[in-house]
Amino acid sequence: MHGRPRKVPKPEDEAASAAKAQKLRALQTQFFSYHHNKIYTKEAIELSAKLLEINPESYTAWNYRKLAVEHYLSQPESNPDSVRSILDEELRVVESALRQNFKSYGAWHHRKWVVSKGHSSIDHELRLLDKFQRADSRNFHAWNYRRFVRELMNRSEQDELKYTENMIYTNFSNYSAWHNRSVLLSTLLEKKAEGFLSKENVLPEEYEFIHQAIFTDPDDQSGWFYHLWLLDQTVKVDSPLLVTSWPAHGSDVLLVVDRFHKVCGLSPFTTLHSDSGSFPMVLYFNQSVEGVSSSTVTVESGSNKSEDIIWKPLSVNNSQAAQVWVAHLTFPTSELNSSVEVSVGHSEGITSTRGFQYSYPSKFSFKVHVQPIERDSSQGSVAESVLWREENFKVYEARSDESIPIVFFDQLRIRNDPEPTASNWRAEALAKEIECFRELLSLMDCKIGKLTLARLLMAYDAMSSCANKLVHSEEVLELYSDLMKLDPSHYQYYKDEHCLVLLQEMISNRESLLKHCFQYTDPVSSTIHNPICLRLNNLSLSRMGAFEKLLWVQILDLSHNELQSIEGLEAMQLLSCLSLRNNKLRSFTALDPLRKLKSLRVLDISYNQIGEHSIDTTRYLCSSPLSHSVGSEWNKDETVISDGALIDYWEAFFIFKELNLKQLDIAGNAIADEKFKSILVKVMPTLKRLDGELLG
Amino acid sequence: MNNDLAPYPPIDPTTFDLIVIGTGLPESILAAAASTASKSVLHLDPNPFYGSHFSSLSHTDFPSFLISHSTPSPSSTPQSNGHHDFAVYDFATRPLYSSLDISSFSPDLLHQHSRKFNIDVAGPRVFFCADKSIDLMLKSGASQYLEFKSIDATFLGDDKGNLWSVPDSRAAIFKDKSLGLMEKNQLMRFFKLVQGHLAGEQGVKISEEDLQSPFVDFLSKMGLPPKIKSFILYAIAMVDYDQEDVGVCRDLLKTKDGIDQLALYNASVGRFPNALGALIYPVYGQGELSQAFCHRAAVKGSIYVLRMPVTALLVGKDNGCYKGVRLASGQDIFSKQLILDPSFTVPLPLGLSPSHPLEEKLPFFSLRDDRGKVARGICITKTSLKPDTSSLLVVYPPRSLFPEQVTSIRLLQIGTNLAVCPPGMFVLYISALCNDDDQGKKLLHSVMNTLLTVPLSKNSESKAAFQSEMAENGYADQDEIAESSSTTESDPGEGKPTLIWSSLYIQELTLGQVEYICSTPMPDGKLNYYDLVDVTVKLFKEIYPDEEFFPETSSENCEYDGDIALEA
Repeated sequence: MHGRPRKVPKPEDEAASAAKAQKLRALQTQFFSYHHNKIYTKEAIELSAKLLEINPESYTAWNYRKLAVEHYLSQPESNPDSVRSILDEELRVVESALRQNFKSYGAWHHRKWVVSKGHSSIDHELRLLDKFQRADSRNFHAWNYRRFVRELMNRSEQDELKYTENMIYTNFSNYSAWHNRSVLLSTLLEKKAEGFLSKENVLPEEYEFIHQAIFTDPDDQSGWFYHLWLLDQTVKVDSPLLVTSWPAHGSDVLLVVDRFHKVCGLSPFTTLHSDSGSFPMVLYFNQSVEGVSSSTVTVESGSNKSEDIIWKPLSVNNSQAAQVWVAHLTFPTSELNSSVEVSVGHSEGITSTRGFQYSYPSKFSFKVHVQPIERDSSQGSVAESVLWREENFKVYEARSDESIPIVFFDQLRIRNDPEPTASNWRAEALAKEIECFRELLSLMDCKIGKLTLARLLMAYDAMSSCANKLVHSEEVLELYSDLMKLDPSHYQYYKDEHCLVLLQEMISNRESLLKHCFQYTDPVSSTIHNPICLRLNNLSLSRMGAFEKLLWVQILDLSHNELQSIEGLEAMQLLSCLSLRNNKLRSFTALDPLRKLKSLRVLDISYNQIGEHSIDTTRYLCSSPLSHSVGSEWNKDETVISDGALIDYWEAFFIFKELNLKQLDIAGNAIADEKFKSILVKVMPTLKRLDGELLG
Repeated sequence: MNNDLAPYPPIDPTTFDLIVIGTGLPESILAAAASTASKSVLHLDPNPFYGSHFSSLSHTDFPSFLISHSTPSPSSTPQSNGHHDFAVYDFATRPLYSSLDISSFSPDLLHQHSRKFNIDVAGPRVFFCADKSIDLMLKSGASQYLEFKSIDATFLGDDKGNLWSVPDSRAAIFKDKSLGLMEKNQLMRFFKLVQGHLAGEQGVKISEEDLQSPFVDFLSKMGLPPKIKSFILYAIAMVDYDQEDVGVCRDLLKTKDGIDQLALYNASVGRFPNALGALIYPVYGQGELSQAFCHRAAVKGSIYVLRMPVTALLVGKDNGCYKGVRLASGQDIFSKQLILDPSFTVPLPLGLSPSHPLEEKLPFFSLRDDRGKVARGICITKTSLKPDTSSLLVVYPPRSLFPEQVTSIRLLQIGTNLAVCPPGMFVLYISALCNDDDQGKKLLHSVMNTLLTVPLSKNSESKAAFQSEMAENGYADQDEIAESSSTTESDPGEGKPTLIWSSLYIQELTLGQVEYICSTPMPDGKLNYYDLVDVTVKLFKEIYPDEEFFPETSSENCEYDGDIALEA
């Protein structure tokens, strides 16, 4: 039951509960002895019933009763009448247990088990449910059981919908009822039942309905939850889509094997340096997908055979599904110019984690030019280094014809969209909602209303952005700023969302993006051909995002922000230099995405908070050497450093052993003492510089 | 009607603490209260039924009761009887009903079921689940003789015949189809403000200045649109006079009182789990209520004699003090106190100061409005005003039907499930405060014409029968309804219930008095018994200042405590 204050127990209550415990213990001892000796006499069964009446949570007693029922049903002399009376007795025991506690999982489960055996009247179940749902209309156990009974008796979804609607009319502060409504509507839509042919017809009415609840009492949460579900239904596209790729469609990639050679005429946005002559190709989907492989993605290129290409999911938890997939293409210097054509999803196999097929086959192509080796061996040995000094960066002056190498597939697809109206109703629905909530906010200050409006505006922009424009970003930023003030307890969430919008805004158009593009020049070193450095420093970012638009970035400066995590960064496969200096990273596990960045050579994580907090809660969510997924690797590597101290630093080891860093800055973290540094040097034989010092 | 009855029985004993004449609700409550306080009580009623002006009667008994109270009786001079030490003053009665107008359009149908009607004389009337009268019934034990059912719905009516359901709770606001989203939000926020204020929540206290201001101004200040103001003022707070017209408004509601009304309404919605809404109605009609209290009084030792007219007041010769009453049987009965039905006027013994209206002596005794009259109408139909809804209340706020309408008109439809009429019929009660009979009739007709189809032809036989009876009493215009309906009826009234019987009358409003003799008030123009119970309690306190009005009993009524018989 809801909204009932808890009473402080009185001394006599405590005495009563002690007496109850005493009685329960005696019953339990007796019960266990029956159970262990498989005694199913009438007396023994009655004892278990008594036990359950006092304590419906006793799982063992329920299981015992199941065994007892099975025992009697298997008796040769059992007949339909005796079976029915046995099962009826079970139902009676469950009912009295539920009267004791109608939120008992064990009791409801037992009832399901008994009813699934057949023989009992389902009508009685509905009557019982009515009783329980009248007593507490939000009891989700009862609603769960109701769904089970509905299915068993083949009651139509429409009838249930009507019932659910009546419950909502009685009291609309009922999460369970709204939830049941969403379940029923999903089923009806899936079946394409009469009157439920498409979301386009159903959702507007649902919006209308939920508005009644939200406007009547904006302080009630249940309506907002349902609204969130509706918003998701409106925005969500079931089948997965390819969003962007690297290299982008129509781009020219210059693969430079020698960094000291001057190359003219090609954009630093698409110039790559690679010792091995290979580079990563990245597919960025709108949701996690499985089944990206040489059979579902064909690559036509002179030197790369489609079937040799190995696609890997960029998932941090070792699952076979990921939003971003990567494969490496190799271009020997023998082939100076080649063109590559990639087609995705022309044969079946790519599916979303919820089982929807990839159904919009996409094609893209790009050209690769290889700059052959002309290395001067004397200079080649000098360690590459990047000094993150302000004077080493100057604003990149882009040529007017130079484009940012990112192309969105929805822009390509929009031309031959099979159902152009399909997205229209969605945009219309969102526009209506936006209008509606603006009106609500004009009447009153409402936190969840502001948050919903912000979400709606973002969804609307994302949907109507054929031109990739964010029309409402200013309004959204203002809403989140307001929320940070209004609702300090959720400050961090609003701040994160604020950052994501800010990033989208900065990155989404050429002019604003170019303001953050710099060219790195090192006065000491003679490297003259450096890629663009994207500097997003000093923006008080608490979260990084917009990765789908940043696949091209090779040097990224995120220093002097408030980042606590770099989730999603693994998508930036070209990244070779990264500064996370002066952020709020608290552990190595927060750096987990780095493990997937095989091109990373220069990393600055100095002046963070690593090692400051003795307990790292994220480690329990991430892979550990004791979990199955990484256990084998650990054993193999143990020999590298037999030092017992490693045990203390296994998170660091776990990250760094997979990186091929040449330069690392780690000063200014609590963990970075001499001992730790010496371990780092052992773990990373490739390391040339540590905290600015050249290593032996 | 008394001719064939046995001669009046003699009453023994002949001396009581209290004699109560008339079994209207206030008299019955007083009789029960006095007998509970261990007073010996004789309760008399000249009628053969309980309830007098608060009774529920068959549609045939109903007119004769009204007619019997429509003419003043001639006053007579006191007779001094030499054998006794008291003087005898004959009672006079005053006319309480006027302009009675009965029309029957289907007499055969009604005749078949003539005994199945329980028509309230003082309708329309309902109980708020949380109001004082319910508490009184529980406290006194009268509730054990009563059974209630919910009124299904409340509506606000307009001149087009539309009925707008009153969004009186959170669930009702959510479900309402006529309010816009903004209006829903505003109304609910207002309710929350009131609830917060009543619960003493921090930061939601309504200022004293606002509490003293007119409620209508406060509602405007809260930004509520006119439609919602109407709902709150007339369909929830149930005020009578146009709050926006200070010139005519006699009951300008202060915010403080408005909030109390909302609190009462709100507490009513949630009081009994079986009740659908705020309002309930007693099965078999309002007359049951008086009977229940009489029953209670009888249990406590009161003596009941019906069909017993009283003819005269006995006054002590020496001191001019009340001594007793003379019954129609000729028997003289004596008591310390007397309580009179409002139809009696007390002849004053010479040499005594004239009685002051109670209002002057004890201003708090007055009912809220005594200056006007109340127009009442009863209609019987064969279909409900709203399909699938049997009992319902409709409120027409001032000016909703015609520009000169200065008071609210309320209509209560009661169906057969409340055992007031035969199956398939509905009884509609209409009332409105008015200044005179013409104005009152106009108010009643305006509602009838809006909601009902009034047949043009009446059964002449019944008409003649009534006419002859009424002609002598000076009643007239039988064609009034037909006329007004034929002039206004632009649409043929499709779907409107057809009227099969109606009775319109104007009732006087009187105050309760405690002066020389104590007399009880007539039914007021309100929808509930709130004010009547107040006055009754005060009358009791005046007669028995040292007695508690229904003291709390610990054991006896505990099984009824806090609950009433309410059918879902």
